[in-house]
Amino acid sequence: MMVRNRSLLRRILTVDLPVALILVFTLSPYLWMALTSVTLESNLFTQGPSLVGATLENYWRLFSTVGFGANLLDSFIVAGGTVIVGLALAVPAAYAFSRFRFRGRRLLMLQFLVINMFPLVLLILPLFILMKNLGLVDTYAALIVANSTVAIPFSVWMMTSYIDGIPRSLDEAAMTDGCTRFGALFKVVLPLCTPGIIATGVYIFITAWNEYLYALTLGGRSVKPITVAIQTLIGEYQVEWGLLTAGGIVGAMPATLLFLVIQKRLIAGMTAGAVKG
Amino acid sequence: MSATTAPPVPLSRRVLPLVMLSPAVLVTLAIVFLPMVQAVWMSLHDYVLFRPKNFDWVGLKNFTAALQDPVFWTSLRHTVLWIAITVPAQMLLGLATALLLNQEFPWRGLARALVIIPWALPSVVIALMWVWIYDSNYGVLNDLLLRLNVIESSIPWLANPDTALYAIILTLTWQGFPFFAVMILAGLQSIPKSYYEAASIDGASQFRQFWHITLPGLAGVLMTATLLRVIWVANSIDVIFVMTGGGPGYSTYTLPLYAFVKARTGLDYGYGSALAVSFTILLLGFVILYLRRAGRNIG
Repeated sequence: MMVRNRSLLRRILTVDLPVALILVFTLSPYLWMALTSVTLESNLFTQGPSLVGATLENYWRLFSTVGFGANLLDSFIVAGGTVIVGLALAVPAAYAFSRFRFRGRRLLMLQFLVINMFPLVLLILPLFILMKNLGLVDTYAALIVANSTVAIPFSVWMMTSYIDGIPRSLDEAAMTDGCTRFGALFKVVLPLCTPGIIATGVYIFITAWNEYLYALTLGGRSVKPITVAIQTLIGEYQVEWGLLTAGGIVGAMPATLLFLVIQKRLIAGMTAGAVKG
Repeated sequence: MSATTAPPVPLSRRVLPLVMLSPAVLVTLAIVFLPMVQAVWMSLHDYVLFRPKNFDWVGLKNFTAALQDPVFWTSLRHTVLWIAITVPAQMLLGLATALLLNQEFPWRGLARALVIIPWALPSVVIALMWVWIYDSNYGVLNDLLLRLNVIESSIPWLANPDTALYAIILTLTWQGFPFFAVMILAGLQSIPKSYYEAASIDGASQFRQFWHITLPGLAGVLMTATLLRVIWVANSIDVIFVMTGGGPGYSTYTLPLYAFVKARTGLDYGYGSALAVSFTILLLGFVILYLRRAGRNIG
């Protein structure tokens, strides 16, 4: 009994306590923001953020006077559009990479990998000129295209690793049973990698939802995603921190919730590529 | 030659992969590689957006101008500092977190889920959240440090040129360490348990087990994650842009931020592109190292 108690104490000191400290470091900025967002603006500078007299006033102002609803819709359209474009292009490409061996395969795969390594700033300047010449600045299309530069290569890699995980013998069996290759693709491979497609789609959605610099440069007036809207809450002379933190909580909510829901699958897919190294 | 020995591959099998790949390849050519070529092309011209008619070939003038530009060198120095502090800090914190989360304890699942939250937050939200924490009048950091008597008067963390860069580095460390933790945790789980059992039967101490089994087992993951992180941290400008915009003065300028600000507020796309291209060339060494590692895994 003594020994068990001592080892429990030891575990608490060497594991539970340090983990708790790390979680405090990880979560306290977020919790501080949440606490600020429920404090009345007028109390913020006199008493500081506090749960006493908590109110949803800042959230109410966010939607009624600032018009945050329209920004949420913009973000939703841009992120949703990017998911559709990204998956439509990435799934067939990933199937080809996974199931065929052909000349130039390695080079093409590395080509997709290298895109994510290039600095965004190298791409953002010419993309702005391109959109300006096409008259697409401040449209959904511009933002969807810009986000696709990140989404396509990433999802090609993620989907390739998912499809690699589905045994080839399954599609071969379907084909010997008389399925065409497309039949095997639609009846066997796609249903089996639905979880992978969902995880990839969610990942694209999160990155597009969180994206800021493209949204600022290529959008901003008639198309104003949530990230840009939050930033513009910083006034010319004073910052309304209550309103701003409420915006932060609302803006971060969809991505955070989605992330927590599919976390396990997402992490498995993301680390699969890199961990082999 | 080989066609006579091996059965010929049917045409459909040769064409099909290309058909399936071509949409993705063509789109990335159009929206990534073509614009990049255009960026290089712009960097060789005088191109200021409020005089769009003037697009004069100037050769390498923008690049030689950059080499004589003191802000270029300041930004480069900050970029090196920025990577050299942020990435090791993220890695050490990530390693410690992963080792802890690999232990057995009742709320491990919850802890693993919560630790990744910073990673899912939009960088604008992260930046503004930390601006609020660092606020010189009402910020919670100054408040805490004052109460603990660590400092005697409030420090304007982001307005002081001596502390601004380090304040942002702390923010980025906070944002990025969960990535390392997740990668390293996956690496830890791939080390066979039997190694540790054998070592403890032989009487190896915890530390020796860590040094001789865990670290070598993690070497590959650490290398890959570090390279990826160096590239991402070097590229990341959104947090700095929102927190200080490069200021006060030039004290938080990094090279990509300088390129972005030059084009965005100065509208000087020629010089801005030249800065972006120079930065890309400097980064290329790390990119090639990473690609060589990743290339080995393509079966």
